Formats: sequence, structure tokens, C-alpha cells
Amino acid sequence: MPDTHDTSSSDSAYNYAYLDEQTKRMIRRAILKAVAVPGYQVPFGGREMPLPYGWGTGGIQVTAAIIGRDDTLKVIDQGADDTTNAVSIRRFFAKVADVATTTRTEEATVIQTRHRVPETPLKEGQILVFQVPIPEPLRMLEPRETETRTLHALTEYGGMQVSLYESIARHGRISKAYNYPVLVNGRYMMSPSPIPKFDNPKLDNNAALQLYGAGREKRIYAVPPYTPVKSLDFDDHPFEIETWSECCALCGSKESFLDEMIVDDDGKRLFVCSDTDYCQERQQADKP
Amino acid sequence: MSDGAPLLSTRGLTKRFGGRAACRDVSFDLWPGEVLGIVGESGSGKTTLLNCLAGRLEPDEGSVTYETASMGTVDVHGLSEARRRLLARTEWGFVNQDARDGLRMGVSAGANIGERLMAIGGRHYGNIRRDASDWMTRVELDLGRLDDRPTTFSGGMRQRLQIARNLVSNPRLVFMDEPTGGLDVSVQARILDLLRGLVDRFHLSAVLVTHDLGVARLLTHRLMVMQGGTVVEHGLTDQVLDDPQHAYTQMLVASILPV
Repeated sequence: MPDTHDTSSSDSAYNYAYLDEQTKRMIRRAILKAVAVPGYQVPFGGREMPLPYGWGTGGIQVTAAIIGRDDTLKVIDQGADDTTNAVSIRRFFAKVADVATTTRTEEATVIQTRHRVPETPLKEGQILVFQVPIPEPLRMLEPRETETRTLHALTEYGGMQVSLYESIARHGRISKAYNYPVLVNGRYMMSPSPIPKFDNPKLDNNAALQLYGAGREKRIYAVPPYTPVKSLDFDDHPFEIETWSECCALCGSKESFLDEMIVDDDGKRLFVCSDTDYCQERQQADKP
Repeated sequence: MSDGAPLLSTRGLTKRFGGRAACRDVSFDLWPGEVLGIVGESGSGKTTLLNCLAGRLEPDEGSVTYETASMGTVDVHGLSEARRRLLARTEWGFVNQDARDGLRMGVSAGANIGERLMAIGGRHYGNIRRDASDWMTRVELDLGRLDDRPTTFSGGMRQRLQIARNLVSNPRLVFMDEPTGGLDVSVQARILDLLRGLVDRFHLSAVLVTHDLGVARLLTHRLMVMQGGTVVEHGLTDQVLDDPQHAYTQMLVASILPV
């Protein structure tokens, strides 16, 4: 199949966006299927990528399959645009896909993320690509893949409820703080990747398309725009998100997810926004 | 004892492993409220038969039909897997010989009992916990152990927990595979006592596999004696044990150790 892309301006040693066209077609087919069945894990032939498993090989393959020259890419790691992983992945695509990059959530058309959903609400037309380490939400309850597939097929999700019961019995509340299980579109149990449960409500009825890529386990799943995503809970122990008594030390936000930082040897600490772009926008807006 | 149709009914049940038949041409009816015992030596096909009845193994020939509470009579092996699994966790119970096979060892006793409730849609923590506590009491487990894991329980306690976990959904039919095997005699006696009380109180029907004729005598109304995969004798428990007809049964009864 002829390569339709003009490779003159990017590094011509590689095909456009690193992966060969057949691989991208295969991944796009998996993505289409994933979008058609929200929350269902679609297997795909994961390729070796020039970074180690666990660093975002799944996310990077999904991004490579959907990115085009007109796109603007933002990459975040733990909410920050300036961490090693985010910087390298952003540079990688700037080089092999010849795309514009940004740190501003509003300007991005494709956002690849690890561990956070941006604080700034996403719009229609934006795509959020998650890097997923363990795509199977039932894995810790049931080690056999054949059995977890059966459980998904038959919608037998009682085991997950048992793990929440156990958490309340032991700690007095649902102690799971990240990778909090969700039910997508009232059908499939899904692992939202290790985002804090603070971000779970943002998945629900989001205007953007959410794509999840797991490189080691070779699975892709998706939540289409405006799809209901419900976090599991009990009637008498409803789902709750984290709260902080402090506000962000830099921008004063009381609504965003805060990281606790230790700033000196005496144990002095302060809280700052984990989403660096959101924090900077707020700081600039405050300036006269 | 009968009121209309049998609860569980099997005709010509045969299961082969390779060329060897583990059970051959077994037919019987189980009536509501009845406890049927299956005895025989090790390797006589008791457990294979039980697994076929409970839908855990696909038989090579024959049929198993079950009279459900709501859906009428169903062919157990003709049901879709989803329906069969639903049946297995609502109207049926299965008590394993080794409690570890029937319990979730990684979660607390309360979670073990509550699992079926949550599997059929229970979403109120307080109610699930209350039901779990009720059942802890019914099987004579200390309520203070509700949040302890079964790994910290003794063999007898695990077996009680397994019974509670199965009965919490008010099943009509319970399959038991050597429920008192591997327990010491005093614990055995108390578990048997408990089982007898529960069967009585909740009007349970049960199929009980055992190699222990004493257990069979205590718990079952009717007895099937198996040898080499076939049923060699079948009748009321007291009749079979007091006046065994088949040579094998006579040998079995004669092998009971006098105390």
C-alpha cells in the first residue's frame, strides 16, 4: 500500500508517525471497534516502541495511529507538561509526525496523558489518549484471562463489589484512591488507568473522545463522547472524591487536584496543583 | 414427601473420560425437601456424577432437568451459560470438600457470605453486613470474626463459613461433596448437626456425596450406592444400610469399624 503522506519535512528514515501504515490501519480498526463497544477491551497486535513497557507504549501507539499533520499535541505525565516522560513523548512526535505541540489544554487536539485528566474541561473534537498499565479491572480478583473474559461477557461484576465491601469492612470507607473501577454505558466494567478517583467524574459524559492504550497487555478500549461512566459504590457508602483543607500555594485554586510537596529538610510542606498548565493559566490571569 | 414434580431429575447420565466411563447410565428423581446420599468407594464416580448434576461437567449422554422456582422445568445442560451460572448462585448451593475451593480466601468472612448478595445486585453495605452477621450466627460462628479472613479459621470454621456463604441466597437445592471429609470426629458431628438443622428449617433439598456411611445414615433420606461408575443399589437409607442386597453394599456396611 503506497504511503500517502509526504515525508519530506519530518525524519525520512521513518514512516510518518513512526509506525508503518499497515500497523496504523490495524490499530485504527481496533480503535473503531473499541468506540463501537464502549469499555470493551479490544486486543491488538502491539508493536515494539522505542521506549520501555510501562512508559506509555500503549498510549504512544494509539497516538501514532490517530495523529495527522494538522493536529496539535499535548503530553502530560502526572498532570505536568515538563516531566521527562512528557517531554520525550512530545519531542518524539514533533520529530516523527511533524506536528505542532503545546502545553495548553485548550489548544490541543490530541492529549496523551498518564495519571491525570486535565482540569480544564475538554471540548468536542479533542481526543484524550490514556496510557494504561493494567487494562483488566478484574485482574486482581481473577488471574485467569479466560475467566475474566467470561465475567465481562456475562456481566458478572459481583467480585468487584466484594472488594469494595472488604475495603469498607477494613478501613471504614472505600479506600481505593486511584484506578477506581467504573461501569461504562451501564455495561462494561472498565479500569480508568491509574488516574486519581478525583478525575473519575470528568470521564462521565465528557465531550471529548477517550482512548485507552495498554502496550504490554496489547489492549485498546474507549469511551466515546457523552457516554455515561459510573464509579462503583454502595447506596449507603456513595462514591466520593478527595478533598483538601489547603488551596494551591501558587494559584490559590480550591477545585483542582493538589500534590503535596516537601520543600525543605524541616518537613515544611505546601500544596500545589498537579495540573501545571491549569495552575499557570490561573497565575497569569491574576496578574494585572 | 412429593408435591407434584421432582425438583431434580436425571435420565441415563453417562460421563466418559477418554474411553473410561466415570459414571454410567445413572437415573433418579430428587423430590422437594429430600436429601439424597451417594455413597461408594474412592473412584466410584460419585464426584463426577455430582459435577454433572450441578452443571459443572458436560455429560456425554443423558439429561438433567431441574424444576426452577420461576422459569418452569429447565434442561440444566441446555441452558445458556449465563442462565446456568445465575441458577447456580441463586437457587443452588455447592459445598466443596475442601473449603478453600469454595471460599475466597483473600477477603473477610463477611465478604464471603455477602458475595452472592452482591452478585445478584445487593448494593447496600449495611444490609449485606446485617445478612452476613445473621448467617454467622446461624452457622454458630463467633460474630467477632466477621471481619477476619478465612485463612485464620480452623477447618471446621471454614466449612461452616462455606455453608453460610451458600445458603445466604436461600437456595432450594444444595450439592455437597464430602462436606465433613477431613474434619475430626467431634467437629464432624457438630457440622452434621448443623446441616441437619438447616435442611429441616429451610426445607432444603440436597444431594450429598460421601464415603462415610455414618454421615449418610444421619443426613440422608435415600441412598444410592455406586461401584465402578454404576449404581448398584438404591433405596431408603435405613433399608439399604440395615438390609443391604447387593454384595458390594454388604461389604461396605460390613467394613464399618465398630467402636
